[in-house]
This record gives sequence, structure tokens and C-alpha cells, in this order.
Amino acid sequence: MTKFNRADFPKSERITRLVEHLYAKMPEIEADRAELITESYRATENEPIITRRAKAFEHILKHIPIVIRPDELIVGSATMAPRGCQTFPEFSYEWLEAEFDTIEKRTADPFYISAETKARLKKANSYWKGKTTSELASAYMAPQARMAIEHNIFTPGNYFYNGVGHVTVCYGRILKEGFEGIILQAQEAIKKLNFGDADYATRKHFLDAVIISCQAAIDYAGRYAMLALDMARREKDEARKKELLTIAENCARVPAKGARTFHEACQSFWFVQMLLQMESSGHSISPGRFDQYMYPYFKADLDAGRITREYAQELMDCVWVKLNDLNKARDAASAEGFAGYSLFQNLIAGGQDENGLDATNDLSFMCIEASMHVALPQPSLSVRIWNGTPHDFMIKAAELTRTGIGLPAYYNDEVIIPALLSRGLTLQDARDYNIIGCVEPQKAGKTEGWHDAAFFNMCRPLELVFSNGMDEGKQISIRTGEVEDMKSFEEFYDAYKAQMNYMLSLLVNADNAIDQAHAERCPLPFLSGMIEDCIGRGKSVQEGGAVYNFTGPQGFGVANMADSLYAIKKLVFDEKKLTLAEYKEALKDNYGHSVDDKRARAITEEVAKALVQQGKTVDEEQVRKIYDMVCSSGVSPEKKARYDQLLQWIEDVPKFGNDLSEVDAFARDVAYTYTRPLETYKNPRGGQYQAGLYPVSANVPLGAQTGATPDGRLAHTPVADGVSPSAGKDVHGPTASANSVSRLDHYIASNGTLFNMKFHPSALAGRNGLENFTALIRAYFDQKGSHMQFNVVSRETLLDAQKNPEKYKSLVVRVAGYSALFTTLSRSLQDDIIRRTEQQGF
Amino acid sequence: MDNEYLKTTGRIFDIQRFSVHDGPGIRTIVFLKGCALRCRWCCNPESQEFRIQNMVMNGKTKVVGRDVTVDEVMEEVLKDVPYYRRSGGGLTLSGGESLLQPDFAAALLRAAKENGLNTAIESTGFAPFENIQKLLPYLDLYLMDIKHTDSATHKAFTGQPNELIKANAKLIAENCGHLIIRTPVIPGFNDTPAEILNIARFALTLPGVSELHLLPYHRLGQDKYAGLGREYTLMGVEPPEPEKMERLKQAALSTGIYCQIGG
Repeated sequence: MTKFNRADFPKSERITRLVEHLYAKMPEIEADRAELITESYRATENEPIITRRAKAFEHILKHIPIVIRPDELIVGSATMAPRGCQTFPEFSYEWLEAEFDTIEKRTADPFYISAETKARLKKANSYWKGKTTSELASAYMAPQARMAIEHNIFTPGNYFYNGVGHVTVCYGRILKEGFEGIILQAQEAIKKLNFGDADYATRKHFLDAVIISCQAAIDYAGRYAMLALDMARREKDEARKKELLTIAENCARVPAKGARTFHEACQSFWFVQMLLQMESSGHSISPGRFDQYMYPYFKADLDAGRITREYAQELMDCVWVKLNDLNKARDAASAEGFAGYSLFQNLIAGGQDENGLDATNDLSFMCIEASMHVALPQPSLSVRIWNGTPHDFMIKAAELTRTGIGLPAYYNDEVIIPALLSRGLTLQDARDYNIIGCVEPQKAGKTEGWHDAAFFNMCRPLELVFSNGMDEGKQISIRTGEVEDMKSFEEFYDAYKAQMNYMLSLLVNADNAIDQAHAERCPLPFLSGMIEDCIGRGKSVQEGGAVYNFTGPQGFGVANMADSLYAIKKLVFDEKKLTLAEYKEALKDNYGHSVDDKRARAITEEVAKALVQQGKTVDEEQVRKIYDMVCSSGVSPEKKARYDQLLQWIEDVPKFGNDLSEVDAFARDVAYTYTRPLETYKNPRGGQYQAGLYPVSANVPLGAQTGATPDGRLAHTPVADGVSPSAGKDVHGPTASANSVSRLDHYIASNGTLFNMKFHPSALAGRNGLENFTALIRAYFDQKGSHMQFNVVSRETLLDAQKNPEKYKSLVVRVAGYSALFTTLSRSLQDDIIRRTEQQGF
Repeated sequence: MDNEYLKTTGRIFDIQRFSVHDGPGIRTIVFLKGCALRCRWCCNPESQEFRIQNMVMNGKTKVVGRDVTVDEVMEEVLKDVPYYRRSGGGLTLSGGESLLQPDFAAALLRAAKENGLNTAIESTGFAPFENIQKLLPYLDLYLMDIKHTDSATHKAFTGQPNELIKANAKLIAENCGHLIIRTPVIPGFNDTPAEILNIARFALTLPGVSELHLLPYHRLGQDKYAGLGREYTLMGVEPPEPEKMERLKQAALSTGIYCQIGG
């Protein structure tokens, strides 16, 4: 018999009510945190920044309104309104003021904001002019880097506008010792300081700041204990009164001290999770190996007969619901890139322990069960798979996949552990990895990974090859020569590599500038107390206090570039069907396809200017004529026919994703143009750069800023997502597609790769469906793929959801490294998800 | 080692990877061209004639059929070895009817066995038994259609009587390790509890046979008939409702045979 107790418990009615309450209204922006931090900053003008941060955190937690929502067993809310969000003016605020009147109506992630809140925020924000991390980052950046950003070669917007997040702290230690343990450690470190130490001043202030922050967290929990007591006193319902008294008792105990019960452990976990979010605005603060650090408390309660499995499940379900109570407003462009209100709180179950033994336990199964019960996007549930993973566990995970909510994501220990070893982690640390955010592996409690440092569009440097470094009339990059003069494919490919290398150096320049700005303006003492070895080194995570430091920007468009460069090699140099000059013209003309309005206006303007330069007068009537011509594709019928012929040739060139070893080997090499140069760079925290190959959902908005590419992709359409083949280009089914993707080097992309597959629901029907599905994952992993995720909803369902969104309010789909409610996504992203090849065949 | 058999040539019209309904695990199906039957519901009408022909699909003319060696087919089949290993899958021959190219089919199955793959065929069983015997040494699973127990009705809808099929079924049952009977459920032909009961009873007379699969009629091949310039005689016939399939399954189960809907 199985060694796991994998009984499925029914979902309690409480969970249904909690979810309904949470999703009753559009999320709302609140002003309290912004006001409180501003008050505190005004009062601490001349103190060290680390002290100011700690005092501000203390001030916020002392005065921010608190609430216990109906039916809650796990308490602690950052906002009064369910799923509301606070703002973080210390990072940036101008975008929000600019969007005050549109944020409620925008398509991606709208937020309600009252007139009163707007006024309060405006007042608080007025303090922050010239004081934000984004302003300092701008000042630090080389002008060339700023120009590359303006021209959409890459975007480091995430950390430019926000806190970094993207971290997993030592939850297990807080559960065990409480914040009193951290305070004690900081006090011991202070005792060891000598007044004459060169760095006494910074160390002492940092350690004091850690103590202030931890005490603030303890006192904040105390406020909840008082509130629960007060509510219990007034509660008529005896059962609820009892629950409130337990809540009061829990909050009086944790997170000050170690947890004694599973319920206390859940509550302690939640305070840590939520307060990390309150300290900074970062997303992807990831719970990590919840099944591991929670297990001792579950086991002890069970053995002592203090808890039933059903109740333990209900408590976990409550934690899962709470993870959806946190929210974050982003600027409109970022909201498109991270669509779906996602906070990417990645929670992972299963895998090996630090000694290399299988670590799957009953809670691993219950984590999956909890996601089945709540059916919400958070947490981003992941599972670790290795050769020793129990088959039962994979089947349970596949059952969740079958529900169609896009969870869990599957990760391959056999690739990720060696990849982390190659980045300098110890064997024990590598084996104990968890996933941050979308797909980024790291060791919890020891790492500042800067995992989502930027999106780098690999298609844009190819455009720069064709334009010899020009974009919209400006020389924004190096000159690699006119393509008309290039005599061999090698010469062309070298030009691409040169453009890549130059742009990568600017990407690093931008990221390091932002990194430095965070260290100077927003060091985070509360977080730093929970990351080794900040207390030992006497400095914050932002200043290099963590044991492991990385910067991980994501490249995307690998499939487009592989197919593009391969098409150029074949058509121009091998078969000599056309010249590079002709290709260049075809790209400029978007293969004779009509252009969108914005592009049409730009072209019209260019043409008009050229005419004026030739000394001609251009009246409005002529401008309209030019515009009409541009809109109706602007090319002659003969040209159009030639372009159609070219598109047919391109179509016939073999594509990545079809299990063709020559093309796949080529794609592997193309990916190296991004992953290899990056490894050579260092960040200000003394860490290394490491590449990721995944786009979150940025492949859609950033694709919109990309012209036509030589693989036949039309201008402004999405680029390929993650390491997946270009949408619709993989035509030989899932095994062929997976074989191709496995031929990329997943080890070197140690910041994660992302492989999306979409299945029809019938694909997982019956036990056989589950067995074949898990075999597919296993076989992909045998070939050293790193990550796999699935959308299991039919095309018809998605089309219907577009037409009748009200019927599908709770339809969760996998977007990229995370799941989101389908109806909250922008139309273009919805279309992209529908377009992804639907693997039939089951 | 004698690898001459790898050079055996045959005529196929498709290779389909990641198939999961035609034998255990994840499989690759090789479709051989040519069939002696003309089932009206056939969803691969381009499989029926042995000659290479043109078919118009979505406005484009496609050549159906190509001559290949066993070696060439295996190169494609072996691409999914990692998936067969993890799922217990392998190679399935389908068609058309593999038995009309017995030497090629046998060589394909042999090559698969040499590579440690599970092997299966989907077959009408309509061929001289000598042809079948050539395949059996390399075959793990025989998926055999019994479409109707009455020979005249069988002939009316498939173009051939069923005596040879029934006789072969017995011989295959006696000589092949694993035989599963499959019945395409076609409205107006065999979709009655009485006929399904007949088929189930016949299946149980075959030594060692314990499994019956009922495959509901579908129309996915309909457009191909027009593409080949042929008439689709089942136009307007609706696929059986799930409730009806369930009733037929219950009829089969009453005989004591194991029965499932779908492969």
C-alpha cells in the first residue's frame, strides 16, 4: 500500500464563503500606508536610511487600520477592502497619479480608487519628489542605457518602479524561534561590536533596525490579538466566539515566539508573508517549501490527537485564500506584462531534501488538495519532480492539472540542482531549492536573486542588424555594417551577436543602476533579518548581505530568432532565393501586410517630411492620400505577390519545435547569444548575472513594439512565449515539440526556462489519461527539460469566455509562470492564449 | 546480424506521434495504405486504395501515399523512445490494412521489437491467415475489429462478408498473446443492444479474449471524401449520444466481458 495518506477531504463551506467575500468587489487602492510612511519620513529626515526604513515600518504597523474578515481562521490583512492594495511612494508614485482617472477602466488589472483616496495620496506623494528609488536609478543609468529602454530593446521597469520582492525567507526559523529569536541574534551581534570597528556605525544601525522591525511585527500581531478578543466579547454565535478566542491566543503567541500547534504555525507563516509585502512593494515573495517547514507542526498535532486531517486541510485552505487577499497595483504597461493581479507567490511541494532523499509527505498532497479546493490563482503552486518522486504524487499533481486551473507547474530536480551547483551553491543548498515567482530557482533564506531583473527582447537586436544600429531615425546602437555588404551567413550572425553584446552591456548598466538605488534608498531591515548572512555581515540584503547574490534578466523570442536566423541562412545564403537587401525591404514593408494606425501615422509623417525636404509642398489632402495608401498596405500588387512568395518560402523552411535535430541545434546556439555573454557580468552586491528564458506575459505587449521578423512573423504581433516554439509552428504534436525544447541548454539558463503546453480537457480523461500525461512530463525531464506547465481548457471554452465574461468569472488559466483569471486579462493576451498550439491527440 | 529486413519497402500515408488510444501508453501510429474493405464510415478514406492519389484539403492538393523503407519509418518512430519507456508505449500499425503488405508490416514490427518497443496492430483481420502468421511473432497486441455478426449486413456496409474475419479471429486468439475486440458503433448499422450483445457473445467464444472496446462513430473524416471526389454516404448521421453508448456498454457487460467506451 501507499506510504502516504492521500485521502481527499471535502472542501468546507467556510472556504466557499471566504472566496465569495474576497471576490465580491473590484479591488481597491488605499492610502493609509502612503500617509504613514510619509509622516515617519518627515520625522526622521537626518537619520541613517536603514533607521528611517525601520522606524517607518514600525510607524505603519502601529497605526494602519486592521480588520478580521468574516469566517477567517488565519488573520492579518494589508488593507480594509478585500484584495485591496496599499501604495509605495518611496519607489515611485508619478505613474499612479498619471493614471488616477484611467486605472479603474483599464483592461488589464483595473483598481477602484475613491476621490478621497486620490486626494490623500496626492498630498502624501508631494513629499517624495526627488526622493524615490526610480529617480535615483535614472540618475545612475548611462544615457545609452536610457535610450535603449526608450527604444524598447529591454525593459527593467519591474524593479525600476517597485520593490524587488522575489525572495524566500527562512519561514522555518520563524515558526521555530519566532521574531524573538531574530532579535536575540541581532542583540548578540551588537554585543560583539567594538566602538573602534571601522564599520561600527553602519553595522550598529543595521542591527538596531532589524530589532525595531521585528518588534514592530510582534506588536502588530498583538493588535490582532486585542481585536479578536474584543470581537469575541461581542460575538453572539458560540462557535465563532470560540474561533475568535483561539485567534486571539494565536496572535498573542506568534510570530513573537515559536509555534506550538499547526494552527499557530499557519498564523505565524501568514504574518511573515503579509508583512514582507507591507515592507516593500515587491512581488514574487514566495512561500517556497511549505510542505517541508510546516510538516513538523502537522505531525506533532496529529500524533498528539490535537487535530484532525480535515481541520488541518481547512486551515491550509484558509492560508491559500489569504494569499489571494494580497494585491498590488502596477503601472498600465507593467500590468499588461504581469496581467492577472498576480503576486506570483510560488509555493512548492515535493522533491528531495538537503541530503538527497525524497521529501514528499502528506502535506505535499494536501497542498495540491488546497489548490483544488480554493481554485484561485494564488499561491502559484509548483511541484518538484525527480527520479525518486513517488508516482502517487505525480498522479495527484496531474489531477490538479486536469481541473484546468493551470496549476501546478512541474520542475525537474535533475536539471535544476546541477544548474545551481554550477552557480556556486553547496550541494545541500542546491538540493533544498525552491522556486521564486514564475520559474526561478534559488535557496531559501540565503539568496538575493534579483530574479526578474528585466525583459530582454531578442528580436530587437536583429532589427538593429538590418538598420545598422538605427531606430526611428536615431543611432541607438553600434554600427555593424550595412546588410547589403554582408557576404556570408557567419558575417550576418556575427553582426547579430555584436548587437546582442552591446545591448546586453546596456541592460547590465541599467540593472546595476537600479540595484544601487535600492541599496541607497530602500534597504529593507525586516526582510534582511530573515536572510542569512545579513546579521553576520551587518548589512541589508540590498547592500549584499545575502550569502548568494544574483541578477537574472529574462530573454525572450528564442524561437523567433532561431527560425529567423535559420530562414536567412537557408533562403539567402544556401539557396540564394533572395538577397539580404530584399529581405530588409520586405521586413520594412511588413511583408506587404497592412499596418496598425499608430505605425501608419508614423510612416505618413516620414513620407511627408521626405517630400517637404525635396522641396515639395504637402497639403492636408495629400497627407490623407499618403495615409490611405499606407493603410492599404502601401505596396504595389507586384511587390505584394513577391512578398507572398517570400512568406511561402519562409513557411517551407523547417521550424524550431518539430524535432528536427539540425534546426534544434541551431536554436540552442541562438539561445547562447543571450545566456553566455550575460554570465560574464557582475552586480553591485558582488554576485553574478544568470539568464532566464521566459517572458511572463510580456511577449504580447513587447511583441507589439517589434517590427516584422525574418521568420514570417508580422509586425506588432506577439513573439514566442518562453522557450516554447512559435505559436502554431510546432505541428508534430507534444512529443516532437518537447523534444525540440529539451535540446536547448536548460542548465545555463539557471534563472529558469518556461515551457508552456496547452491541452484539450479530454487529454487527461481517466486514469490512462493521467498516466500518459505524467509519462510525457517524465520523458521530457529525462531529456533534461527544466520546467513544464499546462493549460487544460478547450478553445471553445475560451472563445465563449471572451464573448460572455460574466459566465466565466472564475475561469483560471495558465498565463506564463503563473495562473490568472482569464476574464481579467487584456484581449490581446486572451487571444494569444487561445492561439497557442492546442495539443490534441488524446 | 542480418539487417536486410530493414530495407523492406512498403507504402504508408501517415505517421502520427503521441497517439494514446491505440494500445498501451504513448505510441506512434504508422498508417499503411490499401484496404480490402470499404466501410462507409471510414474516417481515413484516403487509406483505402493502394495507389498513390491526390486529395484536396483546405484548397490545397496533397499527395497521399509514399513508398518508404522500414529503416526510414523507424527513424521517425524511434524519436519518441523516451515517451515509450516512461509509458510502456510503442508502435501501432494501422491503415488501411497492414495485412495487405504482410512482409513490410512484419519487418516494421520486428524492427520495433529489436528496439524493445511494445507493438500493436489495428486490423480488420480480412486476409489469408498466412499473412497474419508473418506478423504474430513480433506482435504484443492485436486490436481487431468485429463490426457486425451478420455477414449480409456486414457486406452491405463494408463491401465484404465476415466469415473470413470470424475464422481468423479464432486463429488469432489461439496464436497471439493478446487480442482485444473493437467495435465501431455506427448508427443504423450496429448500434442496438441486441447486436452489441451478439458481438460480445462472439468475442467470448474466442480463447483468451476478455476485452471489448466500443468506439463511437465520429465524422472527422467527412471532408476527406469530397477531397477525393467521392460521396459520403453517411451524411447527416449524428454521433451516438453518451447515454446511448452507456446502454450499449451495459448490454456487453451483461455477458461478463470487460467493456469500455473508447480505446
